[in-house]
Amino acid sequence: MDTTILFSVLDSTIRLTVPILLCCLGGLYSERSGVFDIGIEGKMLFSAFAAGVIAAATGSPWLGLGAAMLTGITFSLLHGYASITQRGNQIVSGVAINFLAAGLTALLGKAWYSQGGKTPQLEPSARFQPINLPGAEAVKDVPLLGRVYEGLISGHNVLVYMALFAVPLTWWIIYRTRFGLRLRAVGENPAAVDTAGISVTRLRYSGVIICGIFAGIAGTYLAIAQSANFAPNMSAGRGFIALAALIFAKWNPIGALGACLLFGFLEAVAIPLQGAKIPGLNWDVPVQLITASPYILTVILLAGFIGKAIPPKAGGVAYVKER
Amino acid sequence: MSSPFAKLPAWVDYGLMPVTNVLVGFLIAGLVVLFIGESPLNAVAILIDGAFGSVNNIFYTLFYATSFIFTGLAVAVAFHAGLFNIGGEGQAYVGGLGVALVALALDRYVPWYVTAPLAIAAAALFGAAWAFIPAWLQGKRGSHIVITTIMFNFIAASFMVYTMNKYLKPAGAMGPSSRPLESGSFIPRLGQVLDYFGIKSGSAPANLTFFVALLAAFLVWKLIWRTKFGYEMRTFGLNPSAASYAGISGTRVTILTMLISGGLAGLMSVNTVLGSVHKIELDFVAGAGFVGIAVALMGRSHPVGVVLAALLFGALYQGGAELSFAVPAISRDMILVIQALVILFAGALENLFRPFFVQLFSPNAAIAGA
Repeated sequence: MDTTILFSVLDSTIRLTVPILLCCLGGLYSERSGVFDIGIEGKMLFSAFAAGVIAAATGSPWLGLGAAMLTGITFSLLHGYASITQRGNQIVSGVAINFLAAGLTALLGKAWYSQGGKTPQLEPSARFQPINLPGAEAVKDVPLLGRVYEGLISGHNVLVYMALFAVPLTWWIIYRTRFGLRLRAVGENPAAVDTAGISVTRLRYSGVIICGIFAGIAGTYLAIAQSANFAPNMSAGRGFIALAALIFAKWNPIGALGACLLFGFLEAVAIPLQGAKIPGLNWDVPVQLITASPYILTVILLAGFIGKAIPPKAGGVAYVKER
Repeated sequence: MSSPFAKLPAWVDYGLMPVTNVLVGFLIAGLVVLFIGESPLNAVAILIDGAFGSVNNIFYTLFYATSFIFTGLAVAVAFHAGLFNIGGEGQAYVGGLGVALVALALDRYVPWYVTAPLAIAAAALFGAAWAFIPAWLQGKRGSHIVITTIMFNFIAASFMVYTMNKYLKPAGAMGPSSRPLESGSFIPRLGQVLDYFGIKSGSAPANLTFFVALLAAFLVWKLIWRTKFGYEMRTFGLNPSAASYAGISGTRVTILTMLISGGLAGLMSVNTVLGSVHKIELDFVAGAGFVGIAVALMGRSHPVGVVLAALLFGALYQGGAELSFAVPAISRDMILVIQALVILFAGALENLFRPFFVQLFSPNAAIAGA
């Protein structure tokens, strides 16, 4: 493959990985605490809407990010209230949040801006702009390494770097802090955590709230970093891809990065292959197969044919303190 | 499931409380309407008129309701065995492929009453086949059915685009869809039946599939409460380990239940493909599979409840369409919001008002439980 195409595919891989990665890491905190979150797609969509609206109103991407994170937290609290406090069905609650997001953002968007649900087009100053890392221009002509630095590592917006930094941070929190240990424990055996005098409810709410913050950043990325406004249903199933990646990563942050990069890459190669022929044969490349491959791979993994994905043991089950 | 709450009279548990939950959902939907600066009462009036104002409008409502009865029953059947089938959307989509293949083969040669039964069988078969892999994986290998059915919705979307583009698209056509079907596959509209008796009723797409849906609801009731397998399903749904101790095979129950569920979801496509659009086209299911979740939760997984809830959602779809014409600020996305609120309050928050009702109807139990 021509190196220019290779670089452009790898570059879009990074761009497409970021929203999945953020949702995947968010979902990791929630699911590690024992709360399944099907509604992450909806939270991301709601947050994207909030970011688009607030950035358009104030002209500040940072206020947009703040609003998006608050929105993510709000719907996390709703999910938490339904599934932790009310001990409702976590799947049902997540499904409800997804539909609420899809409906309400389009409804409000159409009613407020009359642009078919889109929020107003943002000025460059109201968006997160690409950052050129120091020395990128200078090393541009160094073969390979210089090009990798200039073309792939440098030149992304701040949210991309936040997402990548969140991977080691999450690893450290989950495996090297007291909070992380407790979070893992509450997802495996909440009764033991409770016996140790630690609040199951508080831990699970923390997991769910952190998930909301991540979904908020992911939504912000979609609306005001990758695009210049919010458009209805712009999350387009990425929340579900993130859940698939989380399973693929076996609930491990480093694995999450790998799985998300793989799924991002599959999405990135599907675009230039549209309508292309398989070399030598006169067959169309089955682009739909590539689009569907993250889901197919996840199903195969879930079936236990390539390793075994074991979810947190207490995931999806509400904790009842006394029987 | 052991309920951590005090027992309530059955009419409160199965009547008053679900109705309260749904009403609260609608109340919040009303607040949303108020929030975007329109009058909720006016909206309700337009909605009711749009759904029931004329025979034509009623037939539109019945058309949507027919689809929702099928998808609602699909979710409800699975619920009884403790399974959450989110894959109705994909199963209905693939079911449509079965319908299309039968109809494309026969529509030029035989009358509709030959095509329709075969198409119905193909719809159920294809829908069930699409549910089979998640079912088998859950039953044999313990893969979480919620995740696999979600994945299969996406796989179905890609698969159907590919199949329609590659095999069904007539030469020169742009989008992925089959050629228009011919009259040998048209299931008669209810309006045509009325025309026969000299009553003019417009062109609404409600068709005889509606009665197939009612029959399906009856058979589901029969299956769940009047057969040995239904008993096994319910036992397994309430307590898998007790069921296993009683000699009921969880694998068998899981797989068979999901096949029935997928088949029911697949039947939805008959209503749309042979009753209304007369071809198979991109994304013709249009969310009906997901509406089934709200319908099943609202109908408390009972076929009668499902039919009533499907009628309500049919009315919302039809009335909502009229409403978005009359009041452009309230777009059809409002239906999705109502659907979400119903799922939230009738599903995830179903016990929200239980303590209140316990106080009201069995205060002694509340004290004993405390």
